[in-house]
Amino acid sequence: MSVAVIDSGGANIGSVMFALQRLGVSGELTRDHGCIRSASRVILPGVGAAADAMTRLRDYGLDELIPTLTQPVLGICLGMQLLFEHSDEGDVECLGVLPGKVERMSAAENLPVPHMGWNTVAPLGELPLLAGVENQYFYFVHGYAVTGSASAMATSEYGTRFVSVAARDNFFATQFHPERSGAPGARLLANFLGE
Amino acid sequence: MQFKSHRVMGGILELAQRYRDEGADELVFYDITASPEGRSVDRSWISRVAAELDIPFCVAGGIRSARAAEEVLAAGADKISINTPALENPQLINELARRFGSQCVVIGIDSKLGEKDYTVYMNTGDPERMSQAPRLTLDWVREVQDRGAGEIVLNCMSHDGVRTGYDLEQLKKVRESSLVPLVASGGAGSQEHFLQVFTDARVDGALAATVFHSGSIRLPDLKRYLKANKVQVRQ
Repeated sequence: MSVAVIDSGGANIGSVMFALQRLGVSGELTRDHGCIRSASRVILPGVGAAADAMTRLRDYGLDELIPTLTQPVLGICLGMQLLFEHSDEGDVECLGVLPGKVERMSAAENLPVPHMGWNTVAPLGELPLLAGVENQYFYFVHGYAVTGSASAMATSEYGTRFVSVAARDNFFATQFHPERSGAPGARLLANFLGE
Repeated sequence: MQFKSHRVMGGILELAQRYRDEGADELVFYDITASPEGRSVDRSWISRVAAELDIPFCVAGGIRSARAAEEVLAAGADKISINTPALENPQLINELARRFGSQCVVIGIDSKLGEKDYTVYMNTGDPERMSQAPRLTLDWVREVQDRGAGEIVLNCMSHDGVRTGYDLEQLKKVRESSLVPLVASGGAGSQEHFLQVFTDARVDGALAATVFHSGSIRLPDLKRYLKANKVQVRQ
C-alpha cells in the first residue's frame, strides 16, 4: 500500500502522516507527479486558506494532475473544499472534481464561526467509507462549507445543514478531520485505505 | 487541558496519552516561558506528542512568524495559539489568518481587572518580565477578530490556579463581544465550575490543567456529570 500525501505547504501535514503511521502505513509527503500518479491512495490534506492553497497547487501543476487521478483520492477539510468548483474564500476557482460551491458559514445565535469542535455526521445512504462510524462524533475546524451538492454522502448540522462527506467516482472528501477524530476517524481512514 | 510547567518529556507524553484515552476533546500545549525567554516552542516535543494523539492538538509558545507557524503545523499541530507575539505585532494575526486560515489561528489572552477595566497582560510566563499590554481586554477581543482570529482562549489571571471557579463575570462580557469560539481558562476546581461556565457564560470550551494533572477531576466523571446536567458532550 503506497499512500501519497500531497504537500500543498502550510497544511496540517504532520497530523495526517502520524494518523497513517498509527494505521501501520507510511505515507509519502510529495509534490512529485509521478509519485502521486503511481500511489495506490492519494490524500489531499488541508488546513489553510483556499486561494493560497490553489495558488500553490497551480505553481506545482497539481491543479492539472489531481482531476485526472484514477485511484481513490481523499480530500480532508480544505482539501475537500478544493475538490469543488469554486470557493468564496478568496473568490477562487477550484479543482472542479465535485459539483458545488464553497460558501462562508454565517454566524447564528450561540453558534460562532468558524465551526470548531466535535459534531455528528449523518449518512444520506450506504457508503463503505462510513462503515462502522455512522452518526459518530468527528472533529471539525472550518469557516466555509458546501451546503448543497449532488455528491453529498453525509451531512452535519451547525446552524444550517452542510455537506460533511462527499464522494464521486474515485474522489472522496470529508469536511472534518479524520486524523484528529479519535477511534471513528481512524476507522474512516482505514475504510479509505481499504477502498 | 493545559501543560503549564516544565516537566520532563516522558511526563508530558504520559499525560497526553492518558487524556486521549480518557476522552479529552482537545489538547493544548503551552510553552509559556518561550516568549519571555525570546525563543519559540520546541518542534521535537510537538512531533512526539502529535504522533500519539488522535484528538485536536493546539500549540502555543513564542510563535512570532508565519515561518515558525508553518514549522509547528508541519510538526503535527492542528492549530497555533499566539498571545504575546500578537500583542507585539498585531499584523501577525492577519498574516497567519491569510496564510493558514482563521480556523487554525487561536489568540490567547491573559486578562484581569485593571484600574479602568479588564486589561491585557503580556509575557505572563515569567513574573519578572510580565507587563501590562497597551490594550483593554474587550478592545483587544474585537481587534483580534477583525484581524482574522478564529478562536479566543481567555485566561482569567486572577482566577488562574486558585480553583475557586472560572471568572464568570469577565467571561460573560467577553462572550458578548466574541463571535468566534471562546474557551474559558483559569479557575476550575470542581465539576460544578465546568457546568457554570458552560451554562452561565455560554463558552464553547473549558480549559483546565491543575485539576486534570492532579487527578482531582477525572474526565470521564466530568463528562458524565455535564451530560446529566444537559450540557452536550462527546462521550
